Amino acid sequence: MSRPSRPLRTIVLRLAGAAFVLWAVATLTFFAIHLVPGDPAQAILGGPGSQASQEALDRVRSEYGLDQPLVAQYGAMLGRLVTGDLGTSYSLKTSVADVVGAQIAGTLLLAVLALALAWVIAVGLALWSSAPGRVARAVSGGIELTAAALPHFWLATVLIAVFATGLGWLPPVSNGAASGLVLPVVTLAIPLAGFLAQLMREHLLVALEQPFATSALARGETAVGVRLRHALRHAAIPAVHLSGWAIGYLISGAVVVETIFARPGLGRTLLRATELRDVPMVMGVVLVVALVYVVITVVTDVVAALVDPRLRTAGTAR
Amino acid sequence: MSELELRAQAGAAGSGPKPALRRRRVPRAATLLALAFVAFLAVAVVAPWLLETADPNAIAPREAFEPPSPAHWFGTDESGRDVYSRVVEGTSASLAIGVAATAIGLALGLALGALAALGGRVLDFAIGRVNEVLFAFPGILLALLVIVLWGPGPVTATVAVGLSTAPGYARIIRGELLSIRDSGYVEAARVLGHGGGRILVRHVLPNALVPVAALATLGIGQAVVWASSLSYLGLGAQPPAPEWGAMLSAGRTYITTAWWLTVFPGLMIVFTTLATTVLGRALTARDGGRR
Repeated sequence: MSRPSRPLRTIVLRLAGAAFVLWAVATLTFFAIHLVPGDPAQAILGGPGSQASQEALDRVRSEYGLDQPLVAQYGAMLGRLVTGDLGTSYSLKTSVADVVGAQIAGTLLLAVLALALAWVIAVGLALWSSAPGRVARAVSGGIELTAAALPHFWLATVLIAVFATGLGWLPPVSNGAASGLVLPVVTLAIPLAGFLAQLMREHLLVALEQPFATSALARGETAVGVRLRHALRHAAIPAVHLSGWAIGYLISGAVVVETIFARPGLGRTLLRATELRDVPMVMGVVLVVALVYVVITVVTDVVAALVDPRLRTAGTAR
Repeated sequence: MSELELRAQAGAAGSGPKPALRRRRVPRAATLLALAFVAFLAVAVVAPWLLETADPNAIAPREAFEPPSPAHWFGTDESGRDVYSRVVEGTSASLAIGVAATAIGLALGLALGALAALGGRVLDFAIGRVNEVLFAFPGILLALLVIVLWGPGPVTATVAVGLSTAPGYARIIRGELLSIRDSGYVEAARVLGHGGGRILVRHVLPNALVPVAALATLGIGQAVVWASSLSYLGLGAQPPAPEWGAMLSAGRTYITTAWWLTVFPGLMIVFTTLATTVLGRALTARDGGRR
């Protein structure tokens, strides 16, 4: 029974897997740039319309190392990435890492607050919809389904129309004050809450059928007590596992939400860079988001492997 | 956010013991409502003039920005055009993008999922890693990556959405195929001495048909949402096309003054997603009852 090496092996395998994913993401994005029709040197000088001279193109090519063989460029890119250098933005001509560093805090704040709010709503909804009674189940199930189906841009528009334009309680744009954070966070949290609630309810219902739930009831635990003290933990584990995905999803949602609420951040930077076809900037932001995703996923997996004895034998996640 | 992602992600929720998502029964009333909405969409695609109350492209500058009223159910836009009629007119274009993106995603997902489930351990491992890499681009990030490389527009947006949904399909289809491969009836066929090709055609494919049809139904809702998100951001279909996403994008400028320009086209997207989710679930539940 006592195999202390198992968790360690799980963790090492998990870290190796994470390193592979990051390397693959970097490689994929690098070769994607070079497969695309169009000359990067031209893009740096403002696109095909700029009619850049041959000398200018040559100068840019040597400046950005574009005259090197592809393999050498690839090696140089990997070397730079390891040191945290994400390259130079085509449109801003500044370091991508600096821009990302300046914008990431606001977006992560938004994502973390939205995740917390989504958890609160989801636990409430899941507890409600696992309650006995067909009406409660149907109504809460309908709310979960609808919440999960709401696109961010639509929800944001409705919230602005009701709470900013209509009632005037909250500002329609994020002006730096805490009140400006409310609508963006709610917009991001509601669809995620519907999603998490559906997931939690599934696992809650499964847990409630387990012998430990029956024995707790037999010991005199109430229906609510069984849910709160026993079943909820089991229902929360899969949702915790999805934290990395949830944060990534929220950052992706921030592209829309930050644009609508005129809030500076990674999402808006990403959209601007996409519009300007600023390839290094988009690559940089996507790489950083992938890094955030991978790190959170690994941390939650490792913590789960250390905490939950059942996982030590399960090997790596798929 | 959709049922499709829920299934793809729930299947991947860590390495713990995972109860399969239940084959939930769908209330009959919900199924009927969903079917009624799909019927409305079908008429809007085939014969939009039957539902329109005005010419969707008739400009009436004096009637610009009128809020919803009995004359204009969904109000009028900046040129005085009837928003309701434009929403009806835009149904076919919006659904076409959703259906095409779903077809691309599902075809890729089927190929990857089938290779992973039935192609041996090495392929399964390799495709599993590819999927893991693609999942590191959450939400519409993969789509943005495709768009920055190939430029914005409806075609790129469709391909981009198709590509971003493929890993989810692949993961779910692999799971479905594995459960069929390990089922009692396939084992029975093998014991009877039937060959691999015959088992595939007679047992695996017919049993995979309904789950895949359910996935496709669920997927259309997600594809419509993602494609319209891209259009809303100005990266997909462009105004003045009466496509829902493009209408949303045009209405974005007036978000604080004329909410109806974005709320009603968006409502169509919400209802489409809800209807496809309900119908996809109903299909899955029927399939579960059959097994």
